[in-house]
Amino acid sequence: MSSSHLRPRTAMAIRARLGFVIVLSLFFSATLSTALYEDQVGLADWHHKYIGKVKHAVFHTQKTGRKRVVVSTEENVVASLDLRTGFIFWRNVLGKNDHIDQVDIALGKYVVTLSSGGSILRAWNLPDGQMIWESTLPVSTPSKSSLYVLANMNVGKDNLILVFGGSSIHALSSMDGQIVWRKELSIDSLEIQQIFQPHDSDIINVVGFVGSSEFVVYQISYRTGEVMQQSKASFESGFCGEASLVFDNLVVALDASKSSLVSISFKNEVINFHQINLSDLVPDFSGKVTLLPLKFNGMLAIEIASSILLLRVKGANELEFVEKISHPFAVSDALPLSKVQQAFAILQHDESKIHFKVKSDNDLRNEILKETIQMDSQRGNIEKVFINNYIRTDRTHGFRFLVVMEDHSLLLIQQGEIVWSREDGLASIVDSTTSELPVEKEGVSVAEVEHNLFEWLKGHLLKLKGTLMLASPDEVAAIQAIRLKSSEKNKMTRDHNGFRKLIIVLTRAGKVLALHTGDGRVVWSVLLPALRRSETCGNPFALRVYQWQVPHHHAMHENPSVLVVGRCGHGFDAPGIFSIVDSYTGKVQNSFILEHSVSHIMPLPLTDSTEQRLHLIIDAKLQAHLYPKNSDSLKHFFNEMPNIYWYSVEVEKNKIKGYSLESKAELDTAEEYVFQAKELWSIIFPSESEKIAVTATRKMNEIVHTQAKVVADQDVMYKYISKNILFVATVSPKAAGEIGSATPEEALLYAYLIDTVSGRILHRVCHQGAQGPVHAVVSENWVVYHYFNLRAHRYEMSVIEIYDQSRADNKDVWKLVLGKHNLTAPVSLYSRPDVMVKSQSYFFTHSVKSMAVTATAKGITSKQLLVGTIGDQVLALDKRFLDPRRSVNPTQSEKEEGIIPLTDSLPIVPQSYITHSLQVEDLRSMVTIPAKLESTTLVFSYGVDLFFTRIAPSRTYDSLTEDFSYALLLITIVVLVAAIFVTWALSEKKELKEKWR
Amino acid sequence: MKLALLLFLVLVSNFLPSSLAAPSSSGDGYAITGRVKVEGMTSKGFGASSKLLNAKIILNGGQNVTFVRADGYFTFHNVPAGTHLIEVAALGYFFSPVRVDISARFPGKIQAALTENRKALHELILEPLREEQYYELREPFSIMSFLKSPMGLMMGFMLLVIFVMPKLVENMDPEEIRRAQEEMRTNFLPRSS
Repeated sequence: MSSSHLRPRTAMAIRARLGFVIVLSLFFSATLSTALYEDQVGLADWHHKYIGKVKHAVFHTQKTGRKRVVVSTEENVVASLDLRTGFIFWRNVLGKNDHIDQVDIALGKYVVTLSSGGSILRAWNLPDGQMIWESTLPVSTPSKSSLYVLANMNVGKDNLILVFGGSSIHALSSMDGQIVWRKELSIDSLEIQQIFQPHDSDIINVVGFVGSSEFVVYQISYRTGEVMQQSKASFESGFCGEASLVFDNLVVALDASKSSLVSISFKNEVINFHQINLSDLVPDFSGKVTLLPLKFNGMLAIEIASSILLLRVKGANELEFVEKISHPFAVSDALPLSKVQQAFAILQHDESKIHFKVKSDNDLRNEILKETIQMDSQRGNIEKVFINNYIRTDRTHGFRFLVVMEDHSLLLIQQGEIVWSREDGLASIVDSTTSELPVEKEGVSVAEVEHNLFEWLKGHLLKLKGTLMLASPDEVAAIQAIRLKSSEKNKMTRDHNGFRKLIIVLTRAGKVLALHTGDGRVVWSVLLPALRRSETCGNPFALRVYQWQVPHHHAMHENPSVLVVGRCGHGFDAPGIFSIVDSYTGKVQNSFILEHSVSHIMPLPLTDSTEQRLHLIIDAKLQAHLYPKNSDSLKHFFNEMPNIYWYSVEVEKNKIKGYSLESKAELDTAEEYVFQAKELWSIIFPSESEKIAVTATRKMNEIVHTQAKVVADQDVMYKYISKNILFVATVSPKAAGEIGSATPEEALLYAYLIDTVSGRILHRVCHQGAQGPVHAVVSENWVVYHYFNLRAHRYEMSVIEIYDQSRADNKDVWKLVLGKHNLTAPVSLYSRPDVMVKSQSYFFTHSVKSMAVTATAKGITSKQLLVGTIGDQVLALDKRFLDPRRSVNPTQSEKEEGIIPLTDSLPIVPQSYITHSLQVEDLRSMVTIPAKLESTTLVFSYGVDLFFTRIAPSRTYDSLTEDFSYALLLITIVVLVAAIFVTWALSEKKELKEKWR
Repeated sequence: MKLALLLFLVLVSNFLPSSLAAPSSSGDGYAITGRVKVEGMTSKGFGASSKLLNAKIILNGGQNVTFVRADGYFTFHNVPAGTHLIEVAALGYFFSPVRVDISARFPGKIQAALTENRKALHELILEPLREEQYYELREPFSIMSFLKSPMGLMMGFMLLVIFVMPKLVENMDPEEIRRAQEEMRTNFLPRSS
């Protein structure tokens, strides 16, 4: 973004040359993978499993066996949870477009899920989650589909599962998923509303609307799907499409104007309508009405403005107002208590309290159960509730409530207490950043650490046994426990190696959580008030999180803070939201809605005098707004203003544009922090032949240690290092879809390297017969990208390395020392940079979900690519495998340099999976954070699961490893000392002998 | 380690009762049915193999995802004619992706080949290329590995110096030693003076 090419630093180059050789000679012998022993699992890494925001829940609480609840979530997860603890028995993550419509339990042993818009029905084994069968239903028109598992007709007989949507009904056998019958009700624009089965009959009733004014009832045979009876009637003022089944022969619907209710009674092919004005029922009625899907006999719930009304249906034209509940609330579905009794729950939020009420249809005025619990305000409001009952010892009914909160967390509440809670908002992380922990206060006694010498020795003796393979399984477990306990990884202070940090994550629900890198526990969490639905901002969503203030020189006493940026609504011109949160406490320091939109956020490499980072927000009107708004930041900003460049990628328009800031001639006091953008250049890709697939740039905070690369023959190559390199991949429009949609002839992939200051295309390469999806990562002077090669029908990874040729003659060290090099040669924006590009391609086995590169504190350590594979694992791939200088037969000197002989595909060594035998389900991103220890990178990867570990791409050359045996060292020293004494004694003896002789 | 697992990926063969690449009833594509089978186990016993319990089958890098049934079969529905890629994600095993060609000219004709080694799946029997061991195995304690470690080398050298060197000196002729010592003295003396 800022500045042009960096000047070479002479001393650096020389040091680099030396350092490089040393480093190389040190690690040449080291193996390529940094593998883990099985007993080291959990020492440096942690893995947390989540499921996401629960959409549906079905309880399975039979008298025998484990009590569980089966849930489906917005992250397309179907999972079985232990009802006692909330642990996951099993879960299956469906494909990314395979949204779950409904979940149910059939035959008491299969979990049935309907997904992909009602077109896929799957059955999973309830105990272990193994898929039993899968059935695809032909769905002609996409419509809301529902699942209806018929109640047990006869014990031992195969039950049918009905799937209905639009105008068709499918009946499937729950044993094997075969379609038993299929009925296309031959009326266009029929929307089936409900299917129900009157008690003890072979008939299924189907009710629905045709168009907007006709109501139909079908009676269908359960066994064959034959239509037994059919009746319809039209209602002149029309329906809005919402209906609620109240009795077996009575449906209540909303009319088209949404101001009155229509009760529809049907019996023996006779349909009667009764219109009931809502204003008659509710005196102060106004606004829009929606029917709540409360499957409850003789009961109706409607939502008006911000409250719900419970209405009792006494007859076809008689409704009675029961209760009004104001927002925020949640109502559960009906739960059958016995054959004749039903119950449902109403939850009402009252500031920090939640009131639970359970009502049964015997007595709607009073409650069976009334409880109040205290709720953490950081969980927000209630969103959903599912209810389940159990029989207490005194034969009364007790109730469990499964509650989904606004922050997507899941809680089980029983007897007025929270039995367990799951922080499932963490399954939908939007962005993350890190924060250093506070410095350790003085006065912590050292004695505490070495509290017991005996214990310490015993521990090391055990460890020694472990390394010598002499330990018994019990002892191995003890070693594990000691390691976990003794490691200081969970302390809340900064450590010497920089392993302990806070990872600050922003979730889709608008919650900010701080996770400790030691064990991943939540240190604090805050549901940002600015990102909650309110009257000023109806549909807010979280965008990014940045470091706002990182005090280290000045303002040491202040806590660091992060900036959370959101947007009010999904349009690009929607106003932005700013929230500044203290990184140590989670307290919201400042929060406001911006007057402008947010289309691009640029953290600048500048800070004001209180160490607040300057951020430039570009809005949809191409105006740049500077934050924080104070005169000090403005002063710093003016100094750097001519050096600020940025670019925008407009994928739909196939355009990349470069901008700088218009210099401000006169300062307008009101608009002091607003600047005008000036378009510098634009690249328009021809839309008939190219379509932007992916763009990638270097990480802003990446540190490059050396600009020069020493090659085998004592030659130096200068890396072309620029923060302004943009990698763009375009594909031909025909090949823009999925694999299998294009032939090799029509697929082309272009890779570009673009300088974002001048807009100059530094390099362009075409891959014929290649298509996306493209994943790319840019670091130092290289790009690695992953794409699909249609000719070979395999995935490929290519590397492009870019070198600066204009400095190629600066190699002479003496010239550098004497200052006779041409560093003073003019560097001009307009002259074409003299670059040399090397590239090479390799096959790669797997599909890739995400790619990243390791980052270390000083950039000395060699790099590893992190590849998130389709199997949700993270593979660490040494950059040395992606070196364009690889050849089939490297020369002796090249071998010494560490160049690996060329192979056509990249090796996948199982030991180099940093996730070892774990999976990060639905992996979305990997974040690398440099530790203070140069050799080590912290890796945080997230999807539905979270996984954190630390890796050392060149092994931990700068510290002793965890399993370093101090005891062995001690023993060696003791033995040596003993040997010295023994030999001394021997020599004394000998000397004495000599003398006597 | 013995590869006990054999995987059969049976795509479109006539042995199976249901036609495997039949145009599905909605008519917008074909169905691909395959099978994952473990040799040495009956199809019933397969479910017990917890390692493959969560095996996912992925079409075209995530376009469709399905799961392996208890009997090892899986099916993709509504797949258009063309060349596709099927991947198996099963923790603990390395599977080669499979290239699947569905012919448009001869509806229902499907060809398959492993992409890793270009082996055509004529009889459609696929062995997993290898079992994946994610952990480094701890080598059992041996004297050699101990001696090779820096500590071992150090001790070895010290022992050598302590016990072997005196022997070397002992074995030398006393005359020779004296001569050598004298030589040294003469060599050093001029410098020290």
